Amino acid sequence: MAHVPEELLYSEEHEWVSGELAEDSVVTVGITEHAAEALGDIVYVELPAVGDSVSSGEVCGELESTKAVSEMYSPVTGEVVAVNEELSDAPETIGEDAYGEGWIFRVRLAEEPSGLLDSEAYAKITE
Amino acid sequence: MNSAPLRSPLHDEHVALGATLVDFAGWEMPVRYSGDIAEHTAVRTAAGLFDLSHMGELSVRGAEAEAFLDDALVGRMSAVALGGAKYTMLCAADGGVIDDLIVYRRDWDHYVIVANAANRDAVAAELAERVEGFDADVEDISDDIALIAVQGPAAEAIVQRMTERGADDVEAMKYYASAPILLAGGIHAFVARTGYTGEDGFELFVGADEAAAVWQLALAEGAADGIVPCGLSSRDTLRLEAGMPLYGHELTRETTPFEAGLGRVVVFGTEKNPRGDFVGRAALESARDAWNAALADPAAAGGEKTLVGLVGDGRRAARAGYSIVDESGASVGTVTSGAPSPTLGKPIAMAYVPLALASEGTAVHVDVRGRRESMTVTALPFYKRTA
Repeated sequence: MAHVPEELLYSEEHEWVSGELAEDSVVTVGITEHAAEALGDIVYVELPAVGDSVSSGEVCGELESTKAVSEMYSPVTGEVVAVNEELSDAPETIGEDAYGEGWIFRVRLAEEPSGLLDSEAYAKITE
Repeated sequence: MNSAPLRSPLHDEHVALGATLVDFAGWEMPVRYSGDIAEHTAVRTAAGLFDLSHMGELSVRGAEAEAFLDDALVGRMSAVALGGAKYTMLCAADGGVIDDLIVYRRDWDHYVIVANAANRDAVAAELAERVEGFDADVEDISDDIALIAVQGPAAEAIVQRMTERGADDVEAMKYYASAPILLAGGIHAFVARTGYTGEDGFELFVGADEAAAVWQLALAEGAADGIVPCGLSSRDTLRLEAGMPLYGHELTRETTPFEAGLGRVVVFGTEKNPRGDFVGRAALESARDAWNAALADPAAAGGEKTLVGLVGDGRRAARAGYSIVDESGASVGTVTSGAPSPTLGKPIAMAYVPLALASEGTAVHVDVRGRRESMTVTALPFYKRTA
């Protein structure tokens, strides 16, 4: 069973968000262990660029494994202020540590996010 | 298709090994155990263990078994030696491929046919119809049989260690040959040197009630060589690297064997060694003639497509169903299978393209989710084992 940390919030598209959810604060985004396990060995991550505007529910990158490819949706709206460059050479980090070293990008929030799920609600949709 | 998933006799083994199970052609089968790349690499460098119990097995017996199969299939099964095997196809009267098959000759009057899981019922129904008038019986024995594959450079040593009697027969067995082997614990197995990975390897047909014992035996005897259980995901990348077609992708009812580069499996006979009629013969002769004419004069060809390999220049892989596009963005071909190749470290794909684009080295563009990726036409297979 994939791990779902209690302290994070989640989107229905299997991203996690950590940090203070207020306008102008910076949050970190990644994909959940459940999503990483479903993809298998991730061999390529297409990251958004620093400075990109991302919108909640819209595609902002893609994750490719030997088995499948999956689009990555931003769970929040704002400006990308950092991306995890380590993933270019070591995309497998997402599978190894989805909630830590496998973080994907950071966003300065343009608005307070809505519609995110707590760990209990997210765990339910992955059952 | 059944609503409740079918389960392999090895289901409990897969659960105990922590496999991720998925639906495949109505079966609940392991897609992976540890990881796709680790499993893929194990088969290329050591050995992998596969449960293929979802595949269909049909037994054909009777005095006219060979005459029946010569009529029903595009290959000549009467020419297969005892203990031999042949890759062949079941084609419709219009030449379309119903399934690709491996046929094993067990005895003068006994063959075993292995069909794809998704086509098991279609093949059984078609053969039941075609056997009318022949002194032969077709029986679907899939539920009684477990099919277990040991594939990889260490496969021969591992299968030898699994035997109680017949270790020498395993060593002497040629590619596409088979023999009855007695496994440790007195388990009777029919063992063939066949596979779908591009490596040396064996496929073991055993009784469903003995499947778990054989599976555990393979893991125990293979441990020293680093055998790992492998799921459908690595099986797919292994066969793709080896340039082997997968029904529903490279082969369909709408594809002729010639377009798929498999014209050699259709045996029309020669003047010295003639062959009589078989189902689909007339349509396949027309398809062959049209194909040869197109090859001789590609400029005048009527849109004939052929199967090629593609290697991506970038990192994004072409996947099944994606279009090969021309300068204007119009679709000129279709990708049938594609993935990042674990062995090559690059995206690879198989695709149908017009003959004009089929020469090795031709640069093409594939529409990968709205963006064009450049790829190069390459000879198949992508991977060939050296030993």
